[in-house]
Amino acid sequence: MAGIPHDHYEPKTGGERWLHKRLPVIGLLYDTIMIPTPKNLNWMWIWGIVLTFTLVLQIVTGIVLVMHYIPSTDAAFASVEHIMRDVNGGFMLRYLHSNGASLFFVAVYLHIFRNLYYGSYKEPREVTWIIGILMYLLMMGTAFMGYVLPWGQMSFWGATVITGLFGAIPFIGEPVQTWLLGGPAVGEYTLTRFFSLHYLMPMILAGLTIVHIWAFHTTGNNNPTGVEVRRTSKEDAQKDTLPFWPYFVIKDLFALAIILAVFFAIVGFMPNYLGHPDNYIEANPLVTPAHIVPEWYFLPFYAILRAFTAEVWVVQAASFITGGIIDAKFFGVLAMFGAIAVMALAPWLDTSSIRSGRYRPMFKWWFALFVVNFFVLMWAGAMPAEEPYATISLIASAYWFAYFLVILPLLGVFEKPLPRPATIEEDYAKHYSSATGGTSTVVNPAE
Amino acid sequence: MSHTDDQSGTRRDFLFYATGGAGAVVAGAAVWPLINQMNPSASVQALSSIRVDIDGVEPGTQLTVQWLGKPVFIRRRTQAEIDEANEVDVSTLPDPIARNANIDGTAPADDANRTVAPEGSDSEEWLVMMGVCTHLGCVPLGDGAGDFNGWFCPCHGSHYDTSGRIRRGPAPENLPVPVAAFDGETTIVLG
Repeated sequence: MAGIPHDHYEPKTGGERWLHKRLPVIGLLYDTIMIPTPKNLNWMWIWGIVLTFTLVLQIVTGIVLVMHYIPSTDAAFASVEHIMRDVNGGFMLRYLHSNGASLFFVAVYLHIFRNLYYGSYKEPREVTWIIGILMYLLMMGTAFMGYVLPWGQMSFWGATVITGLFGAIPFIGEPVQTWLLGGPAVGEYTLTRFFSLHYLMPMILAGLTIVHIWAFHTTGNNNPTGVEVRRTSKEDAQKDTLPFWPYFVIKDLFALAIILAVFFAIVGFMPNYLGHPDNYIEANPLVTPAHIVPEWYFLPFYAILRAFTAEVWVVQAASFITGGIIDAKFFGVLAMFGAIAVMALAPWLDTSSIRSGRYRPMFKWWFALFVVNFFVLMWAGAMPAEEPYATISLIASAYWFAYFLVILPLLGVFEKPLPRPATIEEDYAKHYSSATGGTSTVVNPAE
Repeated sequence: MSHTDDQSGTRRDFLFYATGGAGAVVAGAAVWPLINQMNPSASVQALSSIRVDIDGVEPGTQLTVQWLGKPVFIRRRTQAEIDEANEVDVSTLPDPIARNANIDGTAPADDANRTVAPEGSDSEEWLVMMGVCTHLGCVPLGDGAGDFNGWFCPCHGSHYDTSGRIRRGPAPENLPVPVAAFDGETTIVLG
């Protein structure tokens, strides 16, 4: 596995040999856990473990919450209150689950930005990247449907607005929307199917997690230099890498412990900080909350959705060219999904042959602006749809698209990259030369 | 596709395509019920028509009833409201189309084209429309709310006039008039 030369599993006892001949499962686990991992990985390489942990947390707390939850418009809201007040420790399970969604998205955004900065999406890791984007989309779908289940005011009206997006599709929009909802408006039939899908999608997510790990175990991890591990011999590979167990497992668990300390502080002391008070009012189809806001992790894309109003010239041009088929509402929907689509295409839009942003002097600044821009979008998405927020959203949305469609393609042509280390070992030695380890201070000449 | 090279392959190709085609049809036939079960059920469709008793609704008041899971506003308007609606030049409206499911789809948004009347009457008293903002689906506030004394959507600030026509704000269309008709003097049938 990994194409990186390393020692493979050898069954030692008689029992192991017996099993290995019939089902080499121990070997599979051994090779997975002992994979040679670049030894210069920094703290941005911990989010995979955090995400895996959070997926398990969500599945486990979700399974036990389902033992008490009732997916019915008459009983859903009351059953959630029953969980909060009557079920033993139920409030803790629910707060873990609802804040777990936020932890999930914090980790996934950091994970994605790590990839964007260090060029992890580039050849040969495009498939890992695409699977990751699919997982991110599934996460968003799961989180959205989960938020509908408590059947509060935000649940109901969030579901109405978001499923309304599908109604904006020309010609087939209304049948599609009705099909998704199971009726003319959000109702009992919608709640039950969302419940079913909310249970299904994390299982698919778990399956894709395995495929995701499989993919990057085939190509090997990227690392902060973007320089590949030497595969010329086992000895060379061992100078660049360390086995995942125990070195990186212990490091990742240490990071996880710190993150969970913060997480439990939020769950314990401010469990509703990231929620909306309106969702403690039972859903009422006849009254709209004054200000419908999605959860924080959807805000950047909500801002993009709202940014393209009928006054924007791009929207008017699109409407004119298509003879009115693409109106402002549909354009907004296209922009929102397009924002994720252009990100998925990053491996092909980025023309630079240099992987890591560390050696790309111009890219660094555009990337920093991209991160700031992401927070601007998040902030603008939470604001009412009026000036000056509308203009700010529009500029920030334009930068999102420009980053992927203009800046990444052009930078590869104009940018003069900084010198890169020839090997991971060289980079490691430069950064950790004072560390104990003897021979690692010897810098190998470039090969 | 055949690995043997001593035959023209017609028989094998035929079997290959026939099997593939039959497989695709069977797969489609198996998937369709799984997709179709998500469409509105018979019980949901059975509720697509309701009767509303409007006896006792005084001029200047309104009912909000739930139809197809959505609110429907039924307002008995005062003469002042009707006059105000008729004073507007329709060509100056953001949406000059009536949006009335009971009449032609291109009819202009005259106040008379937006109302429902009992048989044999040309009263413009009764305004029946969906209580769903045409912007993002919120429920507008009524009873003379907004700058045009009609309805006002609190979500993103769309103002509707006394005829439920959009006058200012992000909403693109007038509040739609659903399929509605009087049955006698005091009952309105929706759907």
